Amino acid sequence: MLLIKYKASFMNGILMTIKLSCITVLLGLIFGTVIAFIKMSSFKIWKIKPLNILATIYIEIIRGTPLLLQLNFFYFFLPMAIPSMNFDKTMSVIIALTINSAGYVAEIIRSGIMAVDKGQSEAARCLGLSKIQTMRKVIIPQAVKNILPALGNELVMMTKETSLAATLFVGEIMTQCNVVGGASMMQIQTLIISGILYFILTFSLSKLVGLYERKLSVSD
Amino acid sequence: MIKVENLHKHFGELEVLKGVSEHIKKGEVVTVIGASGSGKSTFLRCLNMLEEPDSGSIYFDGVNITEEKVNIDKHRQKMGMIFQHFNVFPHMTVIQNITMAPMMIKKMSKAEAEAMAEKLLDRVGLLSKKNEYPRKLSGGQKQRLAIVRALAMEPEVMLFDEPTSALDPEMVGEVLQVIKDLVKDGLTAVIVTHEMGFAKEVSDRVLFMDSGVIAESGTPEQIFCNPQNPRTKEFLSKVLH
Repeated sequence: MLLIKYKASFMNGILMTIKLSCITVLLGLIFGTVIAFIKMSSFKIWKIKPLNILATIYIEIIRGTPLLLQLNFFYFFLPMAIPSMNFDKTMSVIIALTINSAGYVAEIIRSGIMAVDKGQSEAARCLGLSKIQTMRKVIIPQAVKNILPALGNELVMMTKETSLAATLFVGEIMTQCNVVGGASMMQIQTLIISGILYFILTFSLSKLVGLYERKLSVSD
Repeated sequence: MIKVENLHKHFGELEVLKGVSEHIKKGEVVTVIGASGSGKSTFLRCLNMLEEPDSGSIYFDGVNITEEKVNIDKHRQKMGMIFQHFNVFPHMTVIQNITMAPMMIKKMSKAEAEAMAEKLLDRVGLLSKKNEYPRKLSGGQKQRLAIVRALAMEPEVMLFDEPTSALDPEMVGEVLQVIKDLVKDGLTAVIVTHEMGFAKEVSDRVLFMDSGVIAESGTPEQIFCNPQNPRTKEFLSKVLH
């Protein structure tokens, strides 16, 4: 009943949630990779590695503060910092979620690369491969197997965490849930429906990731 | 071929190499023996700059490879290295393990590289495994694969870092046999090993290392039958029963 009557609202909510989580994890993956490599770089000024320190600070702040705070922060901060640009709410949310996701993804990628046995890169370098060739042909293909499951988890987490954006009313599932709940006065039912929607999304995502993971594991 | 002068290396507080000088000639087979922690692996790993020495120089074909401006990748292509733990690439099939470097670095065609790889695999009795992934190989087979992977780059010298230490006893023989065959064909090799019988058999020269220096060096007969240094005597009396 409720579901049929408010079908359009829920549908919009689902689309918005998928859009937010996919965009942020994708952007997070790009920036996270960059940050991961910055953190692993051996660029040095005397004994200090400035890039390394910057990346560490970034990651620790992102992981050490609540996402809800980050969302609010960027919502207020961005229009102040860059007044010439007109940030709508969705844009601020995407930026905040991306910045958050990049921090986590950076750690996922870094630890995935570090987990590849040191002997592998030694063997490749001894064959005469350069650092970059070693990364590309030997380290990354093996690291992907460590990274992918954790990255899938990050996508699942992000799908759920977009619900925090409801405080800014950006129209994803949780926003719709609040709206429909208020309009119909059936809060518990709308919460259950929204819960089921989230569950279907995250469950199918985990299954997809699992499938791909199995495909990758032929050589183990 | 490789000339080492006054090599020093620290790991933190620990001084592992305390001035090692050595000259390895073309076609020579040199084994390095000594107790654990005597610096023999570090010495070997310095020869291709896998460990960067703190001071001293290493000349390979007349070039000082410890200098920063040297393109070490170029020189490493001429020095094969075999590790204790094989370090075969688990995400590649047996034949891909071998063809990868020649195709990337020597720009060999795929057909050419595979023909060569098959010849090498046949030589060490692994041809039937060419399309398997390394997880299906035994330790001995992995090490033989690692050896032909290095040989595929046609190195001028091979460095062996305890090639049989991680193997089950029944597989040591097959790997040593492969090394013996290579050496018979005139390969230059530096071999760090705990297999004294093997060292005695294949070496032109044996180096005994003790606490960061080469304590004694000589032919296998001199070292094993008539050691001069009391430390060599003590070590050999412990390992030769």
